[in-house]
Amino acid sequence: MNGQRHAQRSAPRQVHACTTEPAWVRWVLLSLALGFLFLFLVLPLATVFAEGLRKGVEAYLDAFHEPDAWAAIRLTLITAAIAVPLNLVFGVAAAWAIAKFDLRGKAFLTTLVDLPFSVSPVVAGLIYVLIFGAQGWLGPWLAAHDIQVIFAVPGIVLATVFVTFPFIARELIPLMQAQGTEEEQAAIVLGATGWQTFWYVTLPNIKWGLIYGVILCNARAMGEFGAVSVVSGHIRGYTNTMPLHVEILYNEYQSVAAFAVASLLTLLALLTLVIKSIVEWLETKDPQPASKRATEPAYLHGLLT
Amino acid sequence: MHFPLLFMPTSGRVRTHHVLPGFHVALGTTVLYLSLIVLIPLSALLFKTFSLTWTQFWDAVTGERVMASYRLTFGASFLAAVVNVFLGLLVAWVLVRYEFVGKKVVDALVDLPFALPTAVAGISLTALLAGNGWVGQYLEPRGIQLAFNPNGVVIALIFIGLPFVVRTVQPVLEDLEQELEEAATCLGATRWQTFMRVILPAILPALLTGFAMAFARAVGEYGSVIFIAGNMPMISEITPLIIIGKLEQYDYAGATAVALVMLVIAFVLLLFINTLQSWQRQRSGAPV
Repeated sequence: MNGQRHAQRSAPRQVHACTTEPAWVRWVLLSLALGFLFLFLVLPLATVFAEGLRKGVEAYLDAFHEPDAWAAIRLTLITAAIAVPLNLVFGVAAAWAIAKFDLRGKAFLTTLVDLPFSVSPVVAGLIYVLIFGAQGWLGPWLAAHDIQVIFAVPGIVLATVFVTFPFIARELIPLMQAQGTEEEQAAIVLGATGWQTFWYVTLPNIKWGLIYGVILCNARAMGEFGAVSVVSGHIRGYTNTMPLHVEILYNEYQSVAAFAVASLLTLLALLTLVIKSIVEWLETKDPQPASKRATEPAYLHGLLT
Repeated sequence: MHFPLLFMPTSGRVRTHHVLPGFHVALGTTVLYLSLIVLIPLSALLFKTFSLTWTQFWDAVTGERVMASYRLTFGASFLAAVVNVFLGLLVAWVLVRYEFVGKKVVDALVDLPFALPTAVAGISLTALLAGNGWVGQYLEPRGIQLAFNPNGVVIALIFIGLPFVVRTVQPVLEDLEQELEEAATCLGATRWQTFMRVILPAILPALLTGFAMAFARAVGEYGSVIFIAGNMPMISEITPLIIIGKLEQYDYAGATAVALVMLVIAFVLLLFINTLQSWQRQRSGAPV
């Protein structure tokens, strides 16, 4: 009798035990996974700060006294300030057209939006050189009108826009598709204008996906290296973004200064991860059932159509 | 391309009235922006290549140094993606199945390779693995050199590709019905048999997709690799660096030819990944 009751009580635990591994296996797997992540993620992170602070706080801060460093920070901020809003407008427009209407060629259009994800950053930079460079399609015309795109700020912005092009759109399309059009239709029928409908009905429903897309887009815009490197020309104080400034310092063996500037970019990456986690957490707390976001991060949608 | 014809609403003719406004404005903005930023610039690559004769093109894309770079780029990308399949599955498994302190932080940290600028990843991995680095100082006396040679390329590409495998496998593992595993156990399967015969077939499409995405990303990667590779011609020079090298020598046609090869391979990979994805969706019973 006693034994029977005992068996009943421990039954759920046994069911659980049959779908997991023996304790020692769990331990080994957990240690292996955490050990690998420590080696590959935590140590590189720590290295950035350790190398930056190797010669003390003063040497670290010296890296930011240079006008070139400030010019690089300013250019990075300007580039992101142009590229992110542009892709935000495009992302909302593309998602509105693709998700809220049935149109022919939808899959094809979505694939085209994804294209920049699969193109190597170096190739992304190269295509703008072919168009705007001195030997490019528009090169002679631009030279005649004294407009410089390649080896200047416009080229850097263009390359960044290309590379970050799909982020916001790809975040919004599955989200808006899942939400359907009933709420918007109701608003229109009740007499709301198009803008009112978007502003008061659609936007609140997509706000988390929108924020999520914007922060990932911003992180990539500020950190892009390959594409920008091709079009920049590496002119110090003029066409160097922060990642390019890091490269130049590093190649000049100014290791401390390189890692000091790199640490700013690392903080930006960490901040991005923190905001992303907060957004995900707020999203689960959000009472609106409609605001369900797809589970994968945006950079995965890029390759999944 | 006949965009105006291609992207018509399916419900009827051009004049169909939608309840929702803004279709034409939104679609117009999308197609215009897409053409200006992506399609026209990419077509420049194609047209520039047409200015070459076939022999010139062939010589540019099959030069000795270029061939060596293909071998390195694709070999290292393949190796890194294979390693990521195992390690990524391990990490996804631990994150989905086990409870431990700091799990949320670890989960958030998996996206780090994506959020961290590639140049920063490159210099920090190099500093870590160089002879005087935290890890390198223990390896170099034993004759193991991980920086400034092809080993470094593989390591940088493992770093870059990790989140792709973890984030494709993780949701599939989460959705896996535990009843299947219970049934397997009840029918007498060992835990290992259950994993190999029940769990692995269910996550295989996701695993393959993760592999293909990590591989595709690795093939085009530039920033994190060039710092750690050492960039010796014929030995540790990746294909994107070949393109940059040709550009710096003002060999625009040569750079374009190699870039076109990379672009075509990227397309093939994208198609392959899409096929894998629809296979996965069919498997999971979701509407395709």
